[in-house]
Amino acid sequence: MSKKELNIFKLLSEKPWEDSQKVIDDQHDGKTLALSKAKLGVRTIMVVSTVIFSLFVVSYSDRMLVHDWRSLSEPWLLWVNTIILIFTSFVFHKTKVLSDKNEFEKAKNYLLIVGFLTFAFITGQLLVWQYYVNLGQYASTNPANAFFYLFTALHGVHVLGGLFFWGRATTKLFTKNFSVLKIKQAIELCAIYWHFLLIVWFILFGLMIAT
Amino acid sequence: MTDEYTDNKIETKAADSSSGSYVPPAETIPAQEAPDQELYHAKSFWTKWVFCQDAKVIGIQYALTATAIGFIGLILSWGMRLQLGFPETFSFLGPATYYQSVTMHGMIMVIYLLTALFLGGFGNYLIPLMVGARDMVFPYVNMVSYWMFLVAVLVLIASFFVPGGPTGAGWTLYPPQAILPGTPGSEMGIVLMLVSLSLFVIGFTMGGLNYVITILQSRTRGMTLMRMPLTIWGIFTATVLALLAFPALFVACIMMTLDNLLGTSFFMPEIFTMGEKLEYGGGSPILFQHLFWFFGHPEVYIVALPAFGIVSDLISVHARKNVFGYRMMVWAIVIIGALSFIVWAHHMYVSGMNPWFGFFFATTTLIIAVPTAIKVYNWVLTLWRGNIHLTIPMLFSLGFIVTFVNGGITGLFLGNVIIDVPLSDTYFVVAHFHMVMGIAPLMVVFGAIYHWYPLITGRHLNQTLGKIHFWITFVGAYAIYFPMHYLGFIGVPRRYFEMYDSPYMTSGVGLNQFITVAALIVGFTQILFLYNIFTSWYKGEKSERNPWKANSLEWHTPDYPPTHGNFGKELPVVYRWPYDFSVPGSDKEYIPQDVPPSQVPTAKAEQT
Repeated sequence: MSKKELNIFKLLSEKPWEDSQKVIDDQHDGKTLALSKAKLGVRTIMVVSTVIFSLFVVSYSDRMLVHDWRSLSEPWLLWVNTIILIFTSFVFHKTKVLSDKNEFEKAKNYLLIVGFLTFAFITGQLLVWQYYVNLGQYASTNPANAFFYLFTALHGVHVLGGLFFWGRATTKLFTKNFSVLKIKQAIELCAIYWHFLLIVWFILFGLMIAT
Repeated sequence: MTDEYTDNKIETKAADSSSGSYVPPAETIPAQEAPDQELYHAKSFWTKWVFCQDAKVIGIQYALTATAIGFIGLILSWGMRLQLGFPETFSFLGPATYYQSVTMHGMIMVIYLLTALFLGGFGNYLIPLMVGARDMVFPYVNMVSYWMFLVAVLVLIASFFVPGGPTGAGWTLYPPQAILPGTPGSEMGIVLMLVSLSLFVIGFTMGGLNYVITILQSRTRGMTLMRMPLTIWGIFTATVLALLAFPALFVACIMMTLDNLLGTSFFMPEIFTMGEKLEYGGGSPILFQHLFWFFGHPEVYIVALPAFGIVSDLISVHARKNVFGYRMMVWAIVIIGALSFIVWAHHMYVSGMNPWFGFFFATTTLIIAVPTAIKVYNWVLTLWRGNIHLTIPMLFSLGFIVTFVNGGITGLFLGNVIIDVPLSDTYFVVAHFHMVMGIAPLMVVFGAIYHWYPLITGRHLNQTLGKIHFWITFVGAYAIYFPMHYLGFIGVPRRYFEMYDSPYMTSGVGLNQFITVAALIVGFTQILFLYNIFTSWYKGEKSERNPWKANSLEWHTPDYPPTHGNFGKELPVVYRWPYDFSVPGSDKEYIPQDVPPSQVPTAKAEQT
């Protein structure tokens, strides 16, 4: 057992009254997982978000069976946005690799690119909304539209939330008054979150083009 | 979240050094490898008491806010009872007011009082103290969590003052009627309710993040999960449930808000009203019910599990005996939590469903009775041959066991489709769920307040007032809810504003009046309790340190009551579980968790 892993069954069947277990227990440092608090926090948030999006997907699958469902035709702009998002994730990964190697000067510029691309993605999504509104495809026109607006809005809110933490990390990096460990972790966690949002977008977008 | 972490690599190393292969000599204190948490030290009145990051103060803020809104819920129930007991007597009670009272009473009691009080109140106060941490892991997020809760409560209160008043759709807010004209509060009331719930969920998620990660990662040395007090196990499991269940409520709220404001048809079917077809069409009201109850059933256990945990600790301390079957209690909590996610449709038997579907949910529902019964047996066996002190916390704990068994047994009946269908829309159900998730958890809340009040204020609550409070509440609760079961049997429907001259009601009139009088008396007794809390704060009898002679860490802080940072210079080190009462071989009556074996050489370890 060189690494702490959460085996819930093993844990729940511990026998704390046995002498051998007691010795191990007395040495316990009080942590269940070998993870930092922040990392576990991000993971918990991702789990909660996953539940939210899954429930929306379930509702979508249930609602689309009704005869009044008229699928939207996706504009090419949505594909552009998807590619932007993929590229953002890629750049963020590069940033993380750079910060792991302590090359913060380079990482700085990459972080700015990430921010720019993410804002471009949000703008792109808003343009798609405008495109649909101009076509007269409002949220109330059809349930498929309603879900489209809902999915993009919700995904967008998650992206904006991520941008808040991206902003904090970037500002810290630019003030030069940062702890190396903290900034590394901030970049890593933001990168994980961006990949998560990319996967969520794949699922939502895939669901919408497949139906 | 980026401002609060420790180095990942160091932690991994720490984990390595405590691996099982190396067995160090007993009683060496492991080095504190991760540095102590950096705490925010409040400088002004505002940051110390208002925008406070200390979990203890946040806990009290949560508890006070929840109590305040809970009293509004109590007053609403008086309105309902007056109407039911003495119809056509009170001019201020029309059908609209009645339905609004029912709705707001239900929502306030379940979510804004019980959930907030158990997890926000007790969770915040007790988690860091009981696991031996200085504070929650993300104190700032924790503070924001409380303020989100407060805003949610204010939005809820605001709905009383908008045109049309608060929503009267019933606490389940079923569409389509919740957002259609004809239902009270279908203008702004329902929107504010949905917004308030969404805010609550967001705020709770921030708090829940703290509770879970503090319990998992921020315990003191020696505090393994299987040495934690059951209170913490209950709160922990309930928080996990809440983190997974509240999203369903959130999703349902968002879609219904859109249906209402933007005219989408997520839940709204085709509707003809006054001869005209509405814009809506194609949506499924049943989908809302599934989402709502996918949240709603775990919600029952979000309230019940902390109560289970706390009552186990109260019984153990006040009966001076270790918890019977500690491991089994933990297993039961975890199993109940897991099962609670696959029983939700038993709330929907009358909505119409495939018989096999009903069969499945009836089966899972009845299976939950097994771990729950284990818990009840273990509480009783903890009491058996214990040195039972009939203190007020113990009285309330005993009241809880009896009430919970009562409500639980009627639940066994209602879990069966064939019994639920005729009883579902009667007062039998009202009696059942008030017993099991209203009165029973409240008994624990009261017991817990009498138990931990000395810790929080350094003073005892007035014992005489406490005994009066207990007996009136306990006997009164039965006076209210026992007759209600009977009303249900004779077929009195729930949700009705008035029965008029219905034949069902001829034998029920007197009973209804009796219930109303009892409810008013019990309600006023709660004001007595509030009076006790406020006056004892500065006038109560001074409590000595650790008045109940408990073992868990919260009673063994250097300062009493505990101050900011909880544990002075050094965090305590834990050597045992919190239930070492009358340990065989030891001359001490109780051994606190942080007493090393060298101080009690003759004590034997007890098998659990």
